[in-house]
Amino acid sequence: MIKLENLTKIFDSPSGPVTAADHVNMDVGEGEICVLLGPSGCGKTTTLKMINRLIQPTSGKIIINGKDTDAYDPVELRRTIGYVIQQIGLFPNMTVEENICVVPDLLGWGKAKSRKRAAELLEIINLDPGVFLKRYPKELSGGQQQRIGVARALAADPPVMLMDEPFGAIDPINREVIQDEFLKIQKRLGKAVMFVSHDIDEAVKMAHKVAIFRDGKLEQFDTPDNVLAHPANSFIADFVGGDRTLKRLRLVTAGQALSASAPVVRAEDSLDKAVALMEEHDRECIVMTDAHDAPRGFVRLELIKGRQGKVGDHHSGLLAVVEAQEDLRTVVSLMFTHDVSWLACVDEHGAFKGYLTQQGITHLLGETYRSNTQAAA
Amino acid sequence: MTATMDTRAARNVMLLAAFTLGAVAYASGLIGEILIHGPDIIYLSRQHMVLVAISGSLAIFAAIPIGIWLSRPAMRGVAETAMQVLNVGTTVPTLAILALAMTVLGIGVLPALFALWLSSLLPIVRNTYQGLLSVPRHLIEAAHGMGMRPVQILFRVELPNALFVILAGVRTALAINVGTAPLAFLIGGGGLGELIFTGIDLNEPGMMLAGAIPTALLAVLVDYSIGLISYWLVPRGVNPLR
Repeated sequence: MIKLENLTKIFDSPSGPVTAADHVNMDVGEGEICVLLGPSGCGKTTTLKMINRLIQPTSGKIIINGKDTDAYDPVELRRTIGYVIQQIGLFPNMTVEENICVVPDLLGWGKAKSRKRAAELLEIINLDPGVFLKRYPKELSGGQQQRIGVARALAADPPVMLMDEPFGAIDPINREVIQDEFLKIQKRLGKAVMFVSHDIDEAVKMAHKVAIFRDGKLEQFDTPDNVLAHPANSFIADFVGGDRTLKRLRLVTAGQALSASAPVVRAEDSLDKAVALMEEHDRECIVMTDAHDAPRGFVRLELIKGRQGKVGDHHSGLLAVVEAQEDLRTVVSLMFTHDVSWLACVDEHGAFKGYLTQQGITHLLGETYRSNTQAAA
Repeated sequence: MTATMDTRAARNVMLLAAFTLGAVAYASGLIGEILIHGPDIIYLSRQHMVLVAISGSLAIFAAIPIGIWLSRPAMRGVAETAMQVLNVGTTVPTLAILALAMTVLGIGVLPALFALWLSSLLPIVRNTYQGLLSVPRHLIEAAHGMGMRPVQILFRVELPNALFVILAGVRTALAINVGTAPLAFLIGGGGLGELIFTGIDLNEPGMMLAGAIPTALLAVLVDYSIGLISYWLVPRGVNPLR
């Protein structure tokens, strides 16, 4: 979708030429979010702004949808690329509706069509059109303004979105909410998104691909998990942080980290059956489910071994269960909270799906290193 | 809330003062002396307003484009110097400008118009320039990034956001213009100055006030109308009055 080939920018400064971007090569596909990361002055914003020609490249090519963008008039080109900036940049003299309709108006859509589109977009970003269309930016909170900023960039349905630290100025709680909303919208609309950030956590959360820059050079361009697990050099290792493996927890959902087997018992089963199942699957504990397959409790091998009776009379309650789509960060956090080494995982209807164990999680996260050493050997 | 109460109190005091003055004036027969000049007042007020209207509107039409031109990025190098020159220009008294205009253009309406035009020019240029410069950079960057052409950015983003400041400049300029226009009489430009200066020369307070009071009323009227225009013309999102 967006392809950068040897993109280079050399600025003239009083102290001589400065290379802001040095032969950058990247490729971002449809539906992908690529986060450009790096310390300030590393060239990430310059790279972004070359794509919509706010900065004229010194050399190299930008190819969007298979077409070299050199062939376009820069102004026409920008109208086909969504653009969101950190300061939001809503025009204070225009209503929300007029702000959203800026690009459609520039493209010469009819008034009826563009106004209809504005209302539609407000629905998408969860703001009531009846309330917000006629408001002015000064009458909105920062979070609402940035939502409108995103809506405005989406107005003419551009295939490509450029976002320059779009959520940088929003307070942390609202930022999480807006990030989640944006991911949801993105999943629906499938744009190719280039996103500048200096926040590694944001990158891990949003990105399909991460591009890390230093001094104008693209140091590593890979999936977030690979950047965290296999930083290409010591600069990147430092940049992503010493706790980079913990950050990887965010990239895996509970459902992906389940143990291979998921034996369960019912309340009316005998303890003998429970013991047999646990021994068969080499487990210390086993979950008891009810008629709807929802986990109701568990029994511990060492407490019931050699005893007689029904599971229902000897079970203990579960301290916590976790849904399959939660990320492993939440899972591990729950384990630490309740001082347990395993948790029961349920699907969205509350039915038991399987076991999450600390050992299973560390094993899963370590896999990438083992397969690497094998490949090397 | 307190601000509105303050202004209300101030207005009441002013009304009371005006009423007292009026009563005293009536008792001393001054009102009669002023009203003797009724036909003159009407004729000269019209002349005065024509002076203000022509010089003022020419000033607006010249000053706003100059302000826009100076605020363009290409002018960045010289704009500050030009503004310094204009600021020095503002400190030259209008009377001196009138005298200079007379030496070049002779006497009559033309040099008067020229001097009034010049003295109204500066506040509008300054406010247009400053107003446009104070439009946040990121708004212009957003407009650029969305694919507006420079002219579109000027008319859809920069001017609407600077309009309040520009109109404040127009307001100042026209208030100065109305107040300075009586001087036009000194170089044969006519206007209410004729009653004021003749009244002073003849030591006739009635005649002097017949020129001064309409001048003051005219100044208030102009100021009020520009205020009204800026209330309605400046978009609500950037209008501090609404």
